Amino acid sequence: MSIKSIKTGWTGISALAGNPVLGDFESIATVSVGAGGSSTITFSSIPSTYKHLQIRMIQVSSSPNNAILARFNSDSGSNYSTHDTGGSGASTYSEGLTNRTYVPFGYTGATYVAPSICDILDYADTNKYKTVRTIGGNDANGLTRYAVFQSGNWRNTAAITSITLTHGAAVNFAEHSHFALYGIRG
Amino acid sequence: MPATYEPIGAIKVLGSAVSNITFSSIPTNYTDLILVCNIYPNTNSSNMRMTYNSDSGSNYSVTYLGGNGSTPESGRASNQTSMDMAYLGSNTWGNVIIQIQNYSNATTSKTAISRSNGSSVLTALYVGLWRSNAAINSITLTSSQGSNIAVDSTFSLYGIKAA
Repeated sequence: MSIKSIKTGWTGISALAGNPVLGDFESIATVSVGAGGSSTITFSSIPSTYKHLQIRMIQVSSSPNNAILARFNSDSGSNYSTHDTGGSGASTYSEGLTNRTYVPFGYTGATYVAPSICDILDYADTNKYKTVRTIGGNDANGLTRYAVFQSGNWRNTAAITSITLTHGAAVNFAEHSHFALYGIRG
Repeated sequence: MPATYEPIGAIKVLGSAVSNITFSSIPTNYTDLILVCNIYPNTNSSNMRMTYNSDSGSNYSVTYLGGNGSTPESGRASNQTSMDMAYLGSNTWGNVIIQIQNYSNATTSKTAISRSNGSSVLTALYVGLWRSNAAINSITLTSSQGSNIAVDSTFSLYGIKAA
């Protein structure tokens, strides 16, 4: 492809710290929501061969400004805790919640698709609880929407083999929502 | 599993400062784009602004959350001719990583998340919207507030493909 820039000529590969080497980042599975929508997104039979997982999504629904709720290995117990901070475009908030039945994986969007990127660290390590982090949000051209940082903890040392996502308002993820699971080698 | 996260192109500013940089002819065979930037505004603290496909219409908007060292802040701007993706300090290196998701589909509006660290002014999260269903084939980043992008600033574009 052609790369054009005024007064530039450098076309080498970036040496910035943290850039991956091809082969370190692999696509595991993808869910594209079709007409009629879907109330639940599940990634199951996740292989344990990676160091970390990442879920990249866009989603749209009839109900904005709710958390996307994630559970691991179908655990619906009060074994999760969360912290998040966000901005609505007019104000900010921060909260911490204990003994939840989920961790947050972004904020839901309406009218326009909302992006989220969720990292699950050391998901297959059976010596530690599991921690996650998310950046996400939604913009809807002047409507109240949020930009958010979220983190979560699952008090379980089991390897994560499945991830289930639901909408915080218990409505469907609408058509064109897209969820992609990746594995990162380490 | 198919490996992904591939470098598409890279730009380094050489010789003298520039007002903008452009990645053009972006291939459509990925799902997401990631743009990693290390930027030095050469005069004033500056918003780094992004547009797609040379669209200069009022089709962009953004919501952000940031911290300036003393208080958290949040703001939004609608019907803009570009999206702010960072606020960077003058004569200071700042880093910005922009995630542009599902950039090549022709069925949804386009959204981006930017994590920016303007080390002397603001660390922030921006969520941007382009109200167009067109596939993104070019990205332009522009400095503002009278600043240019200084020599040695770097921009690296990557593609990620979902299976």
